[in-house]
Amino acid sequence: MNTVELAGVSRWYGNVVAVNDVTLSIGPGLTGLLGPNGAGKTTVLHLMAGLLAPSQGEVMIGGEPAWANPAVYRELGLVTERESVPGFLTAWEFVLAGAKLHKLPDPAAAARAALDLVDLRDAQDRRISTYSKGMRQRCRVAAALVHDPDVLLLDEPFNGMDPRQRMHMMELLDGMAGQGRTIVFSSHILEEVEQLSGTVQVIVAGRLAASGDYRHIRRLMTTRPHVFTIASSDDRLLATALMGEPSVSGVSIAEAGLQVHTSDYGAFTRALAKLARARDIRLTAILPSDESLEKVFSYLVTT
Amino acid sequence: MNPTIIRLTARALLGRRRVLLLLPMPIILIGLTLLGVAGEDEHVTPSEWGPLVFSNLGLAVILPLTALIVGSSALGLEIDDGTITHLITKPLPRSEIILSKLLVAWLVTTAATAVPLAVAAVIAGSGTLAVGLVVGTALGALAYSALFLSLSVMTKRPVAVGLVYIVLWENLLVSFVDGARVFSIRQHATAIADAIGDTPLISSTMSVTTALTMASVFVVAGTVGATRRLRSFALTGEAN
Repeated sequence: MNTVELAGVSRWYGNVVAVNDVTLSIGPGLTGLLGPNGAGKTTVLHLMAGLLAPSQGEVMIGGEPAWANPAVYRELGLVTERESVPGFLTAWEFVLAGAKLHKLPDPAAAARAALDLVDLRDAQDRRISTYSKGMRQRCRVAAALVHDPDVLLLDEPFNGMDPRQRMHMMELLDGMAGQGRTIVFSSHILEEVEQLSGTVQVIVAGRLAASGDYRHIRRLMTTRPHVFTIASSDDRLLATALMGEPSVSGVSIAEAGLQVHTSDYGAFTRALAKLARARDIRLTAILPSDESLEKVFSYLVTT
Repeated sequence: MNPTIIRLTARALLGRRRVLLLLPMPIILIGLTLLGVAGEDEHVTPSEWGPLVFSNLGLAVILPLTALIVGSSALGLEIDDGTITHLITKPLPRSEIILSKLLVAWLVTTAATAVPLAVAAVIAGSGTLAVGLVVGTALGALAYSALFLSLSVMTKRPVAVGLVYIVLWENLLVSFVDGARVFSIRQHATAIADAIGDTPLISSTMSVTTALTMASVFVVAGTVGATRRLRSFALTGEAN
């Protein structure tokens, strides 16, 4: 009851394709749904949560269709990105109401356990409208967890959190994944996924661009060609020296300095300084020119 | 019916400032009734001012507007602010959600309209009219609530569509095309109030059978329509 499966799923809005033929299978443990903003991560999560009908294909939670099937919510919890909580309730009332709506045998005990888990017991009797952003987020996580679901989906759970809250949330998710739950969270920040490790599904422009172990994808990202713009006291001399380096795949001379293409980020950055020093060249600027996340992602799409 | 949804909906409805919008209308109604009763000493007959206050103001303005404010908020506010996700990600039959919302909308609307109308009828000196108005308003409130609740699930602008129904259909079209009155909830409520009230203070030409049948059609169609729509309710607006 804890697998999330998408089979040839597409979703379009009018002429706009938000999700394009995605097939993936997610089992127990932590899975990051990684991709730049607007890539379709939220749409994918909403499809998984049965809040959107797939235009094509099938979305299954534990072998049951997610769409138009309220019974899946017995084993599914969702934390949306939109910070929507009824501010007129206290966290206790909100989580308890969730437990009652799930028709749990002991709603009060379930609500207590969920609030304990997110460390919100001290503030549970205050109205949610008085909470900080991180507290609201934890409150929503508690509500999504109150029925002890096998599958938990979180849309950008770390957005707007300070480092301490982020750490706390990461520990929480890690612990829950350790108990055999299937946790899927979306993020557009590489480092968040890196810290939580596990498996990664990379979504770019509505397509599944890469899928699998984080380290594998990280390697793909680090061995891709990098471009640096380098300015020095003697560009031409530096260019001839750089061409002798195995890590350099190309050098061109431009007005702003040298454009250097390298296939091995680590080896190149280590060699550059030594090489310049040996020839008594002074480096005045080293600019990595394509470090934006979108470039990293688009590189993954084309490989 | 779900007691948790009922309780949360009642709190959400009555806890907001929007509920204050319901206050001025009953005050005007009772004020006009006092004027009408005072006017009777100066040869104004009950059949001259009664229908104006009870029918044209009470059942034609106060009842539908109150039902519109309440009915479109019972579920509509949650759809607007996104908290609807908490409700629809629960393993509940969608009919349970709709029926609970309908019950709250109906009770709040009835309380906010039937009470001032009954008070006004008693001031006008007709106990039977008070009873008739309470029953008529209760029936009308149920049909209106079902209609406006379903509009809030089906359109993004339930208040605008509801106003079009009240103003264009119930007020304008009905006065030009006689058959249109069959689909006017206001006429159903008036028919019941008139049948029980039996005073010159209110008058209707519709039969009680027609009124009851057509009001039930609104209640059933609204409830079923809203339930079906909620069953395939897709989140929009925040998908990227």
